Amino acid sequence: MNFTLILFIILAVVAFASALGLLVSRNAVYAALFLVLNFATVAVFYLLLGAPFIALAQVTVYAGAIMVLFLFVIMLLGAEKLPKGQVLPWQRPLAIGLAALLLAEAGFLLFQRLRLTASLSNPDASVNTTEALRTLAVTLFNQYLLPFEVTSVLLLVAMVGAIVLTKKEKGEEA
Amino acid sequence: MVGVIPLSYYLAISAVLFVMGALGVLVRRNPLIIFMSIELMLNAANLAFLAFARALNVLTGQIFVLFVMTVAAAEVAVGLALIVVIFRTKHSIDVDLMSSLKG
Repeated sequence: MNFTLILFIILAVVAFASALGLLVSRNAVYAALFLVLNFATVAVFYLLLGAPFIALAQVTVYAGAIMVLFLFVIMLLGAEKLPKGQVLPWQRPLAIGLAALLLAEAGFLLFQRLRLTASLSNPDASVNTTEALRTLAVTLFNQYLLPFEVTSVLLLVAMVGAIVLTKKEKGEEA
Repeated sequence: MVGVIPLSYYLAISAVLFVMGALGVLVRRNPLIIFMSIELMLNAANLAFLAFARALNVLTGQIFVLFVMTVAAAEVAVGLALIVVIFRTKHSIDVDLMSSLKG
């Protein structure tokens, strides 16, 4: 039992518990905050995997920008709690059954079929140098330049789409 | 050797998070929480990408995670705009009410 494994187990428990909290919380604001906690623990996983840049991008983009947008919309619509509508009696058992099946398939694939033997050692200090970041940037801007440009177009389309969708029509009452 | 974690542990936690996201999409009726569950699933996929990138010692996994984050941000912007429009027309965002196209 080494220190990293203990850290991993603690993080895994927190990630699982926060995902469970997202699933069961009645209040959408609590669900959003549970998701922020989940993103933060996953960011620590990224640090363990030797990807400090991705970990910080995770915190700023996901836990920062995206979740602020979520909280803003929840509070704008007043959608913290929805009134109880009619509940399909078979929906929840069926969903849990299907999820259990999916998990069983994943476990079968991981531990029966693939039998991955690779182990990941702790990242050494070299991932924290500017050299590592430069290697990442060179790969991104040479080998993956076209996909990178396409993502910029995608972001532009999403921005225009969001503005056009929420724009009020001419003469429409506010 | 100090500090060694098998690759399968990371993939297992990734699979568990993905399944919980899928469960959230299936059981919850608040579209905002359904969106959050989708984010959870994207995140689980990112974790698997980075674990494999570390195991195979390549950078491509990290690049792909950046792209997935961009797609997630775009998806959230458009999705939340749609939810706001639906709220404006129906005055509720319960997914059960979004059945106008039902035959």
